[in-house]
Amino acid sequence: MTEQKVLFADPLRVINIGLELFAEDLKAAGVEVVHVNWRPPSGANPRLAALLASLEDDE
Amino acid sequence: MPTKSEVLPSFYQDSVVLMQIAGQIRTRPGVRQAAVFMGTPANHALLGDAGLATQESLKARPEDLILTVDAETDAEAASALAAARELLVARRQAVERSGALRPRTLDSALRMLPGANLVAISVPGPYAKAEAMRALKRGRHVFLFSDNVPVQDEVDLKQEAWKRRLLCMGPDCGTAYLNGTGIGFYNVVPKGRIGCVAASGTGLQAVASRLAALGEGLSHGIGVGGRDLSAEVGGTMTLLALEALALDPATDAVVLISKPPHHDVMLRLDAALQRIPKPTVVCCLGATSPGQGRARWVGELDAAADAVVAAVRGQDWSPRPFSDPDDVRRRIGRLRELGPMAASGILGLFTGGTLAHEAHLILKDLLKGVIFNRRSGGEGICHRLLDLGADEYTVGRPHPMIDPQVRIDLIREAGRSPHVGVLLLDLVLGRGAHPNPAAPLVAAIQQARQTAEAGGRRLAAVASVVGTTLDPQGLSAQRTQLRDGGVEILPTNGEAARFAALIVKPDLGLSLLEARR
Repeated sequence: MTEQKVLFADPLRVINIGLELFAEDLKAAGVEVVHVNWRPPSGANPRLAALLASLEDDE
Repeated sequence: MPTKSEVLPSFYQDSVVLMQIAGQIRTRPGVRQAAVFMGTPANHALLGDAGLATQESLKARPEDLILTVDAETDAEAASALAAARELLVARRQAVERSGALRPRTLDSALRMLPGANLVAISVPGPYAKAEAMRALKRGRHVFLFSDNVPVQDEVDLKQEAWKRRLLCMGPDCGTAYLNGTGIGFYNVVPKGRIGCVAASGTGLQAVASRLAALGEGLSHGIGVGGRDLSAEVGGTMTLLALEALALDPATDAVVLISKPPHHDVMLRLDAALQRIPKPTVVCCLGATSPGQGRARWVGELDAAADAVVAAVRGQDWSPRPFSDPDDVRRRIGRLRELGPMAASGILGLFTGGTLAHEAHLILKDLLKGVIFNRRSGGEGICHRLLDLGADEYTVGRPHPMIDPQVRIDLIREAGRSPHVGVLLLDLVLGRGAHPNPAAPLVAAIQQARQTAEAGGRRLAAVASVVGTTLDPQGLSAQRTQLRDGGVEILPTNGEAARFAALIVKPDLGLSLLEARR
């Protein structure tokens, strides 16, 4: 349960991918946030992208 | 009918920005319809269905942006397209001018904020798994707002999260509160001592708002998505979240809100509930307790909040149909003095899916002929409840909590219906919701009433408000607008449903109003 304890005890620090509205809202609430300038991978099949992400090495 | 399109190649904007721009274009002179979409297969289908597909729009790829305008004249269509293009380009330039470093990938974002502990994801559903899986593999919890994520993707993501003891909140997770901070669509509530696990957004919003009204707050509110307790997903995130709240020193009591779990999941859930050494309240709408466990099971969202508050304060509590039966008796009496209702059907138009589901469960026990989420059908007197946040109403348009148009159209239609006597409504406030949702609602109700009265009928409107005094819309200002607009406001969604039932079936009064206090 270490991870949940960390999430619950520490201030929230967020990477936001998608709706910029959420990043703006978190920023306004004083949360440290980095917004990713995401766009759909050009010409890529989403299924293939998901498969590749699943096969990536762990951190 | 001039319908004109323009495609901006490799030009991405998120759906909220696109909807805002489409909304601005619709207000231009001569414009009948405007659509600003990415060229995904789903959006092409939508444009086709709406009769807005053109030779030009059909060329757009998923990464291209389509602008389509249907206007009175060619000149007005061309001018509206130009205005849309200018708005998009201006927005992009403003972002570039701001000088903020905008990483293109999760990994580069993590280099900028290595201490990040949560990744919030709201990309289109088909792309959600790749981003969420990557975040989990980097050891971060995930808040997954995206909808239309295939169930197998959800299973894969949650298995990965379970393995790593990480939370994957969602898909289709509208609301969460972590350590006092709200994410997604949420009501502004104080930080407090009650932890909540909820399948859905509005269920969590209703409980959080009620807790705030009772002078309590949330330690954490963990959304898990509506399918978590299904057989396929197996309740993994609900179980993990309950375990985390059980161990969390800031949490004194726990509330679980969900739809009925699958039978196999129920057994695991019940075992997990037994292990929580804190007061625990469960509201699985439509399900009853599987046994004599430690947790207290209640039937309604607000009852869950009331019961858990009583538990942490060491007070007795039992459910009641109305918190103030005398007031209800007076109000029902006043409505009856206006004369008999010419039509006795209830039409429930909800922006919150869980609120719609809850009202359905209450009304089907009180009245005959209650139908849920079907726009047509039903013989004779029937009562119809619609969840306007369901996919069929939201494809290509904002959720009705943001854009009231779908509900406005249905309220106006109700004014013309010889069957509808009562409108049953919810009003959800909070971050992300419409800035003043009571105003368009009251305007539509008044219009529908005029139409009904011209036809010799009366139309009553009954509502409850999910919101807090800290919400940007202002709870009391919204309530005042509704009240001044002739809407009967009840303190909870459950009471509003029962009040609507009392209007159309007065003989229920004996069982509902005389219930022991």
